[in-house]
Amino acid sequence: MSCWGQSDMANIATDMSDGSTGLSKTRIIQIMIAVAVLLTAAKPILPDFLIRLPEAWIPPMAVWMDAIFNFIIDDLKLAVLTRWIAEGPLEFMLDTTANLLFGKRRWPNFEPIPWTAIAATAAVIGYYLGGWRMALLAGGTFVWTALIGQWKIAMQTMSVLAVAAPMAFLIGLFLGIIAWKWAWFDRAIKPILSVLQTLPFFTYLLPAVIFFKVGPTAGAVATIIYAIPPMILMTTLGLKKVSPEVVEAGKMAGCSKWQMLRSVYIPAARTEILVGVNQVIMLCLAMVVLTAFIGMPGLGAKLLAMMGSFKLGRSFEIGVTIVLIAVMLDRMSKAWVIKLPEHFERGTPWWKRHGYALATVAAFVAFVLIAQVVQVADHITRQQSFTQGKELDNLIKGILAIDAIQAVTEWLRWFLNVWVLIPFRNALLWIPTSAFILGIVTLSYYLGGKRPAIYAAIFFSIVALSGWWDRSVITLYAVISAVIISTFIGIPLGIAASRSDKWSKRILLACDTAQTFPSFIYLIPAIMLFGVNDVAVVFSIVIFTTVPLTRYTIEGLRTVPAEMTEAADMSGATAKQKLMSVQLPLALPTMAVGFNQAIIFAFFMVIIAAFIGTQDLGQELQKTLAGTELGKNIVLGMNVSLMALTFDLTIMSWAEKRKKALGLG
Amino acid sequence: MTVDTPVISCRNVWKLFGPSPRQYLAAMPQGLSYESIQADGYIAGVKDVSLDVSRGEMLVIMGLSGSGKSTLVRCFSRLHEITGGEIIVEGQNIMELDDKALIDMRRQKMGMVFQSFGLLPHRTVLDNVAFPLEMRGQDKHDRRERALEVIKLVGLEGREEYFPRELSGGQQQRVGIARSLAIEPDIWFLDEPFSALDPLIRREMQDEFLRLQEMLGKTIVFITHDFDEALRLADRIAIMKEGAVEQCDTPDQIVLNPATPYVRKFTEEIDKARVVHARVLVKPLNGKAPEGDPFPAERTIHQLARQLVNDTRDEIPVADKNGTLLGAMNRQEALDVLLGTE
Repeated sequence: MSCWGQSDMANIATDMSDGSTGLSKTRIIQIMIAVAVLLTAAKPILPDFLIRLPEAWIPPMAVWMDAIFNFIIDDLKLAVLTRWIAEGPLEFMLDTTANLLFGKRRWPNFEPIPWTAIAATAAVIGYYLGGWRMALLAGGTFVWTALIGQWKIAMQTMSVLAVAAPMAFLIGLFLGIIAWKWAWFDRAIKPILSVLQTLPFFTYLLPAVIFFKVGPTAGAVATIIYAIPPMILMTTLGLKKVSPEVVEAGKMAGCSKWQMLRSVYIPAARTEILVGVNQVIMLCLAMVVLTAFIGMPGLGAKLLAMMGSFKLGRSFEIGVTIVLIAVMLDRMSKAWVIKLPEHFERGTPWWKRHGYALATVAAFVAFVLIAQVVQVADHITRQQSFTQGKELDNLIKGILAIDAIQAVTEWLRWFLNVWVLIPFRNALLWIPTSAFILGIVTLSYYLGGKRPAIYAAIFFSIVALSGWWDRSVITLYAVISAVIISTFIGIPLGIAASRSDKWSKRILLACDTAQTFPSFIYLIPAIMLFGVNDVAVVFSIVIFTTVPLTRYTIEGLRTVPAEMTEAADMSGATAKQKLMSVQLPLALPTMAVGFNQAIIFAFFMVIIAAFIGTQDLGQELQKTLAGTELGKNIVLGMNVSLMALTFDLTIMSWAEKRKKALGLG
Repeated sequence: MTVDTPVISCRNVWKLFGPSPRQYLAAMPQGLSYESIQADGYIAGVKDVSLDVSRGEMLVIMGLSGSGKSTLVRCFSRLHEITGGEIIVEGQNIMELDDKALIDMRRQKMGMVFQSFGLLPHRTVLDNVAFPLEMRGQDKHDRRERALEVIKLVGLEGREEYFPRELSGGQQQRVGIARSLAIEPDIWFLDEPFSALDPLIRREMQDEFLRLQEMLGKTIVFITHDFDEALRLADRIAIMKEGAVEQCDTPDQIVLNPATPYVRKFTEEIDKARVVHARVLVKPLNGKAPEGDPFPAERTIHQLARQLVNDTRDEIPVADKNGTLLGAMNRQEALDVLLGTE
């Protein structure tokens, strides 16, 4: 009896203490939702400033930005320095690779390297890294590129990549080491890096043009900056992970600081650093293709032109080339990550020890020599190429014109446009700004807690104050619709695939491969199927974002600890019960990471989709590229970044809390 | 420096982990317990330790995980900066060395073997072993020669070109041992070198290690959590608990006269007769010498068991290797060691 009394007392005491410290989280959320709903419902009688900020209240952020940049450019003369870099060392390197790869008339004024020599060299390196299959992929990619008649534009792209990737690697490695060495630097660059990783690529391009002049140099600079962040992160991660005993062994061997770094830390962090290299290469490729928007010649520019004139056959061929190059670079660099040194028996002759290096040189020299006498081995002329552009074009257009297919796409387009997308967009635009922001903050608070909610409030208020509210909401609308649609595709697909080892592996491989494609590629099927409109935009985002959702769903479900599923089996759970009450709850934090990536990807893609013709921030951003409105460009880019960061912070903090609560990692 | 001065001598050494350990130690009242220090937000890795290691001696530091034995050894080589007290190595206060002098001392005098080997994964066996030599700038030919020599010493001939991941655990630790010996260190630290190995390999490696020690005669600080290993190898054992040394003495004394209840608990399961030597039971003669053949002082009671049971003398004379009479051993006492006291 006394027992009961005591626990009752305790309950009352905790209740009272709750009451005295303030409202509970649930109550706050209820109030916030109520206010948001009320604001929306009361729109007709709401004062104007709660519906949309009046023009007069909007600070001229773009003008301020311009002023800041003018100060940097004109008064600090920073542009003099950057232009010197652009016209000096950077241009020199770009010219050199351009001369070697496609014969630009610059130093060292060689003839372009014959395609057969490059293909053969790539095949030997491929064989060294991953056996016959990799050799076939590496050599085959170059053979395809040459035979299809895209050698020159592919080499234009590669010549920038060959400069940008090593530069990004070196700068990233250097900054990564500094961030590892000095914690304050690490803390200082972390937020900058997360902004850089969510900034739309158009915002990389215009400053690059203004500071580094138009053409390949600006393209290279934008590419380098774009690819640096993951290299920094991977370097720091790798160096931090070096086992303490290895470090102590180094110290006990009497290493000086420099010896420590060079002989102990960096080699021991090899794996992470090489993973960083892989990411650098892939990001560089993605960006190099996109630099077509600032007039950089190459595969991207050609693709842009072909899509613009609706030449689907050629677009498709270029798409295949870009995909092949992406897959090849990805597979080769990943093979390099897991390639571990193997010993030679003592007394192995030197030519055996260096067999691969010799074979590479031999293959290169042999084909250079052959190319001197055999013209086809040197270059493929337009007449000799196997391009089937026109035929493919007719084929694709023929297929699309089949009644059944046309009926389906027409119906989808009509249904999505009239019943889903446009009503949804109009609804979002109808909501008063104040209610909208409150709604987002409530969501952040509910999922992520106090900190993300505060950030959400600040970030979205800035978006409202930037004067681009409607365009931002349209951007958000495309992102949200696409992510919701891809959730309905990706999660069931992931669940289905995770049931068998075989299918998990297959779908994961497909996702891995799809993730290496430069995002630009995803526009091709969208335009093919739906032409130029909102549905094509959403469709291209949907294919792009379904990939991470599927992938993390599979990974989340597959990594549920075996003893938990076994416990469920032994408790007599049916497959469905097991999924709903054991596997999904445990997989949810991992799936949230996929969801987060999907949203970030969607923000990225929606900007690229400006090419199709949108009415959002991307469109405005693309317009700024033509001029010199740097301030406006930065403000627009910032809006995209702030919205993306809000979701990123909220979802990641939810996932982390959830993981901790479940006792996972 | 004479032979008698200790190689390592530490006085009142403290190592505290926490937000501002130095200030805390300075303000701390004497004799504070481990728990009270922990309640203040600090961990006493090493708690007021004073120890000497003399030349050619093998000191084994024994304790459960978290008892601070690894931390103490890392203080000796200044892999950890100590919070208080002083450590003198070869006559030099190591806390006063600057970076260069410290690096020099490690390059010339110290070698260390790690529990999980700490090999550099990207280097071959040969390059791993030559690593300390490379660091001190020895030329390529010399260091190769020396590395091959130590690789042969630890029995890894023919594996010079292998990479660590191509070797078994026991072989990897041989590489670790070879690397630590490459610079011919005077002081050799071994941090649980065999505990990551299978029991059979462990035994083999201990024998190998004793063989090496007999050949090289180094000053050794050896860490283990395995009491049997400690008894098998040690000249002296220091038993640690919660950062402090509970008892530091010869194995015989630790088994016969445990200083604290904690040490007693460790020794309870031990077959004392296998540890205690006749020598330690010897009492001085009071004028009259007992008659008959003396027992050899360097044998354990276990080795003498049969003789002991068959002998009828109450007092048995004990003599060392040269036949010099050391004194007499009480038979009843020796039998107590052999059979336990009831």
